[in-house]
Amino acid sequence: MNISAFTTEASSHAATIDRIFYGLSTISIVIVLLVFGLVLGFSFRYYRGSKAKRGRLPHILQNEFEIGWTAATFFLFMFIFWWAASTQLSALTPPDHGLQIHVVAKQWMWKVQQPSGIREINEIHAPTGKPVVLVMTSEDVIHSMFLPALRIKKDVLPGRYTYLWFTADNPGTYMLECTQFCGTSHSRMTGRIVIMKPADYAQWVTAQPQTRGLAQEGEALFRSFGCSGCHARESSVHAPDLHGVFNHMVHLSDGRTIVADEAYIRDSILQPRKDIVAGFQPIMPSFKGIVSEEQLVRLIAYIKSLSVEKEVQQ
Amino acid sequence: MTAITVVDLPPPKPASYLDEGHTVWSWLTTTDHKRIGILFALSITVFFFIAGVAIGLVRLELLSPQGLFLTDDEYNRLFTIHGITMVWFFLVPSIPTTLGNFLLPLMIGARDLAFPRLNLMSWYLFTIGGIFTIYTLWAGGVDTGWTFYTPFSTLYSNGHVIAAAFGVFVTGFSSIATGLNFIVTTHMLRAPGMTWFRLPLMVWAIYAVSLVMVLATPVLAMSLLLVMAERLLGVPIFNPNNGGDPLLFQHLFWFYSHPAVYIMILPAMGVVSEVITCFARRRVFGYAGMVFALLAIAVIGFMVWGHHMFVSGQSPYASLVFSFLSFIVAVPSAIKTFNWTATLYRGHISFESPMLYALGFIGLFTVGGLTGLFLASVPIDIQAHDTYFVIAHFHFIMVGGSVTAYFAGLHYWWPKITGRMYLETWARVAAIFTFFGFMMTFMPQYIMGWLGMPRRYHHYADVFQIWHVMSTGGAGILAIAYVLPLIYLPLSLIRGARAPANPWQATGLEWQTPSPPPKENFEHTPIVTTGPYEYHPAAEPGLAEMQRPHRTQTEDA
Repeated sequence: MNISAFTTEASSHAATIDRIFYGLSTISIVIVLLVFGLVLGFSFRYYRGSKAKRGRLPHILQNEFEIGWTAATFFLFMFIFWWAASTQLSALTPPDHGLQIHVVAKQWMWKVQQPSGIREINEIHAPTGKPVVLVMTSEDVIHSMFLPALRIKKDVLPGRYTYLWFTADNPGTYMLECTQFCGTSHSRMTGRIVIMKPADYAQWVTAQPQTRGLAQEGEALFRSFGCSGCHARESSVHAPDLHGVFNHMVHLSDGRTIVADEAYIRDSILQPRKDIVAGFQPIMPSFKGIVSEEQLVRLIAYIKSLSVEKEVQQ
Repeated sequence: MTAITVVDLPPPKPASYLDEGHTVWSWLTTTDHKRIGILFALSITVFFFIAGVAIGLVRLELLSPQGLFLTDDEYNRLFTIHGITMVWFFLVPSIPTTLGNFLLPLMIGARDLAFPRLNLMSWYLFTIGGIFTIYTLWAGGVDTGWTFYTPFSTLYSNGHVIAAAFGVFVTGFSSIATGLNFIVTTHMLRAPGMTWFRLPLMVWAIYAVSLVMVLATPVLAMSLLLVMAERLLGVPIFNPNNGGDPLLFQHLFWFYSHPAVYIMILPAMGVVSEVITCFARRRVFGYAGMVFALLAIAVIGFMVWGHHMFVSGQSPYASLVFSFLSFIVAVPSAIKTFNWTATLYRGHISFESPMLYALGFIGLFTVGGLTGLFLASVPIDIQAHDTYFVIAHFHFIMVGGSVTAYFAGLHYWWPKITGRMYLETWARVAAIFTFFGFMMTFMPQYIMGWLGMPRRYHHYADVFQIWHVMSTGGAGILAIAYVLPLIYLPLSLIRGARAPANPWQATGLEWQTPSPPPKENFEHTPIVTTGPYEYHPAAEPGLAEMQRPHRTQTEDA
């Protein structure tokens, strides 16, 4: 890997971050020069025995200066805060219609699944010009997904999903690194992200050995784990219909409402008694220890696809 | 403070505290704050060199992208022992338990700390904690990093987590006891006339840091207990497979460990304030501002821990709040830097080794503080988090700042503590080597960090090798700078000239008693009539001016 695998501004977001970085660097260098200049200047002018004029401080130096530079420092810092924070405000939540790529981290590798069902190890292929959302979880300890060329990073935690999203502009092959210390081979838990033009990406997808899509694999699991026995519409057991559930409000038996996102579906499979849907009995068994992280990804993809179907039907 | 001329008279010398018994037993059972300060100094020196050797091996290993002589596990254990030892067995206790212990009663005109036996217990607790750490090292080490992040530390680590965590746990009680002792002492034992706003800034800094120690350290003890409970007994606290929350640990840990950064830097600010005023012959600029800045840092420092967790998956709204508060806490630090610089204005500056260290501190602290602003900005931190940029930043504060200030203080008060003068030339060489060695070690780390070099990486991409080689070269110079005092300071005990009571012509009560001081510190309880740093006439004619002791014209010039 050469240095451009780290430093290329692979997205417009990366360029924005670099602008802030260079702006902050400029401010810092000016302040460092000011402080070093004053320290050295005073040291030369007022060394013991020099003929420089001493005596009392001019009156203005006593309060006005102190208040002045306190206020100046405060406003400068507030400006930097606002400048940096304003870039975050536009992107507090992941985009809705992005290409979702699932990432499962474990000591010491990255397992990646494309929406088309293609599996990759330590490598992510993604197209330019389209929002891409990495839906990430860990099988063991906390890891961290760092994509330096995109200037983004997010920890990957066991037992929950975290999201990292970007819209890449520059095709290329860039570094992927784990930055949360995760044990013996932490420094070998690296890989690459391949950003391709949409046409190239589509070609790459079709060139892979054909797999069923994630959702279809999920549907097969949905049957083999017996989920369909209760959740199918024609089932005699009273269980919620999962069509159209994803990303919609769900009313719970204790009066709360909750948005059915990935985390909710995951919890509902592993800890079904945590959030009971209003009007249903807590009869579902837990699938903890039965369903693996990667199978969960597929089951969730299937349940998501049920919502898309419903929207299409409408 | 009373006139300088008094202290230059050869006093009828009472026996110094060093002559109060020469047996090992007399040292191990002493309740004299000065002797306990020396016990602490010896202990932390041992840990400083253990930690230094560990990181020296790491830096050598990093000369090559594929490593030279260590396995992955050995590498991980070395940087972990470096972190644990440096943070809890050197930096946190460094200035408070050595210089603070020795000087606090002297500076406020007291005979000892409020609870002398508790003070001795602090040292024993520290030593017991240290023994566990050395045991950890001997048994094969621990590989969690100094941060003990869960669930790695509780479920997956194959190192000696329990011994390491228990050592830190025990040492925490030493911090709490010392902090409590200092707070009570400052409140109760000030000499007549030593009002709060006549306290030297060193005392204010020790007082502020004691508050932080007492309030923050229990949280560390608690979080380490939880780690031990989960690892040893399987109590599911952080393990998500049993309903635990892996992020809970990070909140608890940083609730202590961010204030701990201020535990490391506040006393350093106190030392630098003493040294700069003395060698610039100048009253500190903006005394009240300096006091309130110390207290503001101590208080606001408790509210910024979430800036360690911007990429952890915490709420982005919380991140913005923590970012805002982190900028706020930077304001008082900036003011202190400006005030030290302004103190030099119209001074009579001389450049003895303590002053060289202190000026180096200002430079390194400024760079470290400014890069803190980068990390307080959420989008910049997302890129820089867990890279060498962060490593460089906190080493500028903790090593460039705290360790440099510790050496400034050690040289400044060495004649008072030991009664001997060291070789000034060698001390100046060490001070200059410290500054440039430090810059060369850590400036390259900023660069490679921003480019994307993660921390705690044994193997790294070839493109970063040039920066690692520069950094290791700098570390070599820094090592010389740290080993030099280990030679010329002990040598001064045998061959150094006898120190007068006040070799630097400093104000401050500690200089008005013989060097080394007698066991009871002062022959007569001093009576304080003026504020600290009376190096020149007050700017405003007024009460302070009238109370000023008589001086010669040259001193006023």
